[in-house]
Amino acid sequence: MSREPRKRSRVVIVDDEALARQVLREFLSPHPEIELIAECANGFEAVKAVTELKPDLLFLDIQMPKLDGFEVLELVDRDMAIVFVTAFDSYAIKAFEVHAVDYLLKPYGADRFEAALERAKQRLSDKSAGAADASTGASGARVPLLADLAAAARPPAQYVQRVPVRDGTRVFIIPVDKLDYAEAQDDYVSLCAEGKKHLKQQTISSLESALDPSRFMRIHRSFIVNLERVARVEPYAKDSHVAVLSNGTQLPVSRAGYARLRAFLDR
Amino acid sequence: MHPILGNLRRLTLYLLAWFPIGGLIAYVLATSGGISTGEALALAVPLALLFGFMCLSAWYSCRGTPLEQSSLTRVAGTHLLAAGLMSGCWIFCAKALGHELSRLQIYPGLDGRISKDYPLLFGIAVLLYLLAVALHYVLLALQDAQEAEARLLQAGILAREAELKALKAQVNPHFLFNSLNSISALTSSDAAKAREMCILLGDFLRRTLGLGEKSAIPFEEEMSLIRAFLAVEKIRFGPRIQMEENVDKEATDVQIPPLLLQPLVENAVGHGIANLVEGGWIRLDATCQNGTLSIVVENNYDPDAPPRRRNGVGLANVRQRLATRYGNLATFEVTHDLGHFRVALTLPAEREAQKS
Repeated sequence: MSREPRKRSRVVIVDDEALARQVLREFLSPHPEIELIAECANGFEAVKAVTELKPDLLFLDIQMPKLDGFEVLELVDRDMAIVFVTAFDSYAIKAFEVHAVDYLLKPYGADRFEAALERAKQRLSDKSAGAADASTGASGARVPLLADLAAAARPPAQYVQRVPVRDGTRVFIIPVDKLDYAEAQDDYVSLCAEGKKHLKQQTISSLESALDPSRFMRIHRSFIVNLERVARVEPYAKDSHVAVLSNGTQLPVSRAGYARLRAFLDR
Repeated sequence: MHPILGNLRRLTLYLLAWFPIGGLIAYVLATSGGISTGEALALAVPLALLFGFMCLSAWYSCRGTPLEQSSLTRVAGTHLLAAGLMSGCWIFCAKALGHELSRLQIYPGLDGRISKDYPLLFGIAVLLYLLAVALHYVLLALQDAQEAEARLLQAGILAREAELKALKAQVNPHFLFNSLNSISALTSSDAAKAREMCILLGDFLRRTLGLGEKSAIPFEEEMSLIRAFLAVEKIRFGPRIQMEENVDKEATDVQIPPLLLQPLVENAVGHGIANLVEGGWIRLDATCQNGTLSIVVENNYDPDAPPRRRNGVGLANVRQRLATRYGNLATFEVTHDLGHFRVALTLPAEREAQKS
């Protein structure tokens, strides 16, 4: 295997505490192969930095202002190595479900940090090897969306209260009670709230499982509706129905969706 | 323990109750003819007292055949058999007494004249014994109820004690881990500051540990604990923390449960300041009027902040501790709107001198 001139790995640090960033910076400084390209103090900054700078490696705190670490991952589609750095051990399982490379518990020492960095480098080199394979024709399975993984990592029976969406580098937060309906569009879902539509890279099934089923229902292969918004259900053509929302919007209802919706409305 | 035999006062009352019963038996005997009133009384009263004692044995047969767990036939069989046996013994005693009274020439010929009344006496005895059985079942039920109540009370006290102990010992471990991480950062960049933080953290921890045994501390001590806590957090969050205190002079020596306010301030830091990029403020006001201490802890927060774990645990603990200790003499109120969080509590202003 011919070796090209070694590329430096680009790293972003995300932590709201200056001292916590300082520890990471210090532990990274003896590594010339690592280039620290940005430091972020909150979730919004992190989304912006990852989207614009496309780092290879992310050191990510979990509890932060604006967006927590998992919400940040929901909003970035970059395939990078992630190392969580937090004082909470309770998120460890969740972290590995989003394929984190490692999980550093504060406070940690240089040895522990080096181990995490080594694993991250390993992951990066595996990936570039994999990418080379893929380009030579050995196709790999479709990589799951990070947003889907982040949504799946949510503890069971705990449904999201809000859905973060990104438009370019700007982040919007949609509280679930403002969400009217969601529509699948290929790899994206279009979220309709307060008359505006927001695109998010996530599958509709993963969004469905994140939403409280007592408040949201999948009424069609491509549609999830906020049950509070459903004004009535009308027959449309032979064997098909539409749900009419309180704002007048009409959504198609599948046969299975109609059965479910009827059961809910007749309750 | 027998509820009547085990208590002299109850036993006396119980036996006194048998005197009128003896009188009644005497009346029945006297009216059925054959013997005089005096003879009937001399016979019936001691026999009634004796039967009173004998009926106490029903306790054991009642306990042996609890009503809920035994079949009707078993209950009826047991007690009818006991009633027959007891009454038989009693009639034997009655015969002996009648015989003695005749032999000693107190009431000559009594045993002869009374012999036709034995079936009557036997019937009365069976009825009285069954009455005693009923009485003992009632006593058993009462005793069970009392025991259940006592157990419940005991369990309640134990649970409350355990809870208080747990609540008091609660220093959020994540506060510790994050502080240690800050110290770790400072060791290479600012050794003096790292040492300062070690000392502040040590100071805070020592104070909280010492509070475990105390049931109340002066308000001022709690405030200095809060200042020690904030001094540590200020190194972590830098200029993002701003604290304002307005404490009335009269409030400073009021006795309050330890670590009552610190969780509120910790909450304000964790859910308020930690989520505010530009930093936030905490305001603590305390006033003391008409024997009531009023405390208000306020802070700003980001209404759009990501949801956090442990949300409200600290608040629920404080509310519960106030309720356990002061009942409805204390109030606890949480309000929040538009990025402004406010906890208001009032409690009776107890002072050291009043307590002794």
